[in-house]
Amino acid sequence: MNSIQNIFNQKENDLLSIFFTAGFPKLDDTTKIITELSNTEVDFIEVGLPYSDPLADGPTIQHSSDIALKNGMNLDVVFEQLSSIKDTNKTPLVLMGYVNQIIKYGEDRFCQKVKDCGIDTVIIPDLPMVEYENHYQQLFDNYGITNVFLITPHTSEERIRKIDSLTKAFIYMVASASITGAKGEISEEQIGYFRRIQNMNLKSKLIVGFGISNQKTFSTACEYANGAIIGSAFIRNLDKDGVKGVSDFISNVKKC
Amino acid sequence: MKFQPDNNGYYGQFGGAFIPELLYPNVKELEDNYIQIIESESFQKEYKDLLKHYVGRPSPLYLAKRLSQKYGATIYLKREDLNHTGAHKVNNTIGQILIAKHLGKTKIIAETGAGQHGVATATVCALMDLECVVFMGETDIKRQAPNVARMKMLGAKVVPATSGSKTLKDATNEAIRYWIQHPDTYYLIGSVVGPHPYPDMVARLQAVISEEMKVQLKEQTGKENPNTIIACVGGGSNAAGAFYHYLEDEEVELIAVEAAGLGVDSGESAATSQLGEVGVIHGSKTILMQDEYGQIIEPYSISAGLDYPGVGPLHAFLHETKRAMFMNATDKEALAAAYELTKIEGIIPALESAHALAVLPKMNLQKDQVVVVNLSGRGDKDLETYIKHLE
Repeated sequence: MNSIQNIFNQKENDLLSIFFTAGFPKLDDTTKIITELSNTEVDFIEVGLPYSDPLADGPTIQHSSDIALKNGMNLDVVFEQLSSIKDTNKTPLVLMGYVNQIIKYGEDRFCQKVKDCGIDTVIIPDLPMVEYENHYQQLFDNYGITNVFLITPHTSEERIRKIDSLTKAFIYMVASASITGAKGEISEEQIGYFRRIQNMNLKSKLIVGFGISNQKTFSTACEYANGAIIGSAFIRNLDKDGVKGVSDFISNVKKC
Repeated sequence: MKFQPDNNGYYGQFGGAFIPELLYPNVKELEDNYIQIIESESFQKEYKDLLKHYVGRPSPLYLAKRLSQKYGATIYLKREDLNHTGAHKVNNTIGQILIAKHLGKTKIIAETGAGQHGVATATVCALMDLECVVFMGETDIKRQAPNVARMKMLGAKVVPATSGSKTLKDATNEAIRYWIQHPDTYYLIGSVVGPHPYPDMVARLQAVISEEMKVQLKEQTGKENPNTIIACVGGGSNAAGAFYHYLEDEEVELIAVEAAGLGVDSGESAATSQLGEVGVIHGSKTILMQDEYGQIIEPYSISAGLDYPGVGPLHAFLHETKRAMFMNATDKEALAAAYELTKIEGIIPALESAHALAVLPKMNLQKDQVVVVNLSGRGDKDLETYIKHLE
């Protein structure tokens, strides 16, 4: 069974996921951050593969990617780091990267390395459904890897149904028409969209991302979905306080 | 029809639409409508009318006698430099602005490198009374100051792209990010790049170049087909336009000229077909300059219109199938070609177009060979560079 699906079997509500960029702020912080997060109430972790041209990302994640690349981060280094904690880490990991990184690394080679790190879920924001079905679905299946699709306020119902049928881990519900980046508020309009999706009674679990930054936005998102992802706000905190600030950040999000 | 894209926008293995879900409705709307709009009578009438009376088409096909004499062939120049706004770019912006209007869009965004596409976009937005935002790399804003001033005078807002190398690639990234956040806007892409249907749509709108060439060559030489067509390639829109109606005429030799910068192997180059490998850039699968981990490499050329790390998917396909021959010219060779054309023909070419001229000395031209060089733009915008290197 998919590692994220496995968590849903134990817990259906208020799931917290954290996104961070591998190799930021320091090259060898990747495993330290995962270890720190594993000691908190975080349910699963998204590890971003830094990319030179991250189209779907706002300034915070772009900045962290730039620094990580300058630190010498690349796919070989990140796979080495992640495989070194494979046996000790108990929190499921999801990899997030851009499709060009996978093509250049070699699609089979990429999948093999992902599998070797004990990871079975990926998010590729610039891999649309038609390309996935025509060129990647079979390949990912061969390695037991599943892809997470994004839906947005503008995704049609027909398309959401199709995404639902292809989903094995969860549907990534993009909170608003935006690139990544913390905004601090959730509007009435967004809540209308969350309700609309909630009422579709999809088989897949829903995790909200983009614009979730603190306790307030996290708990609002959790009223309408199974959980939420915090990225940019966490990265800003890493930039400020480094690895030692991780547990305080999570307790602030989780305090009731 | 070998060189037309399939239903998913693929030319062979190149093309497609690798876009975040947020852009799907926008791109889908365009994909569902662009052919129907372009082929409609009302569009054709308005497009042709504007090209004739506003842009000044057909652009002349000029027999460059002294250039011909020098290189021992019959060399024609397709004078896209004489278009309103100074380059071929306006053929595309006129067409796309009519499509945007047809789709009910009121706000236009665009990316620009040398500023030619930005100016051409700002111009049609002024003409159609539409809001215009142009993204331009901070570095390019500095090296193309006259075009920045023109865009502002035309009423466009110029937004500096401050990420990466602060050039065309980064301006395109910023335009796409803005588009994601403002899905009601129309993204007017300036070259045969980007997700399907942009490469095909822009090629169709630039195809007027080769459509006219056929008529003009027939009039002047008695034959529609030349032996050889030469065009420079950054993203590749002027080359796509100059090649378009000749793609299936396999006896016509097509030559695409890339910018070699300081030399193909110098580490400071933009010769994508020589240095690139298969990958995805700006929503399209093509050939691009990248490192072993797929990080995109910053290209270099003296010409701000050619320093793009990718090439349109049609050109990647023309390269792979060898339908077009890819050559390149260094900064130095392009400058020399520009000075030469200015001196012997009285035409100051854009630095981009000078790259196309710069391969003439490298070709083994025959006396009866009819060659058309697509002179994509004029050199006014490059005067500062030309003056600097003249000294």
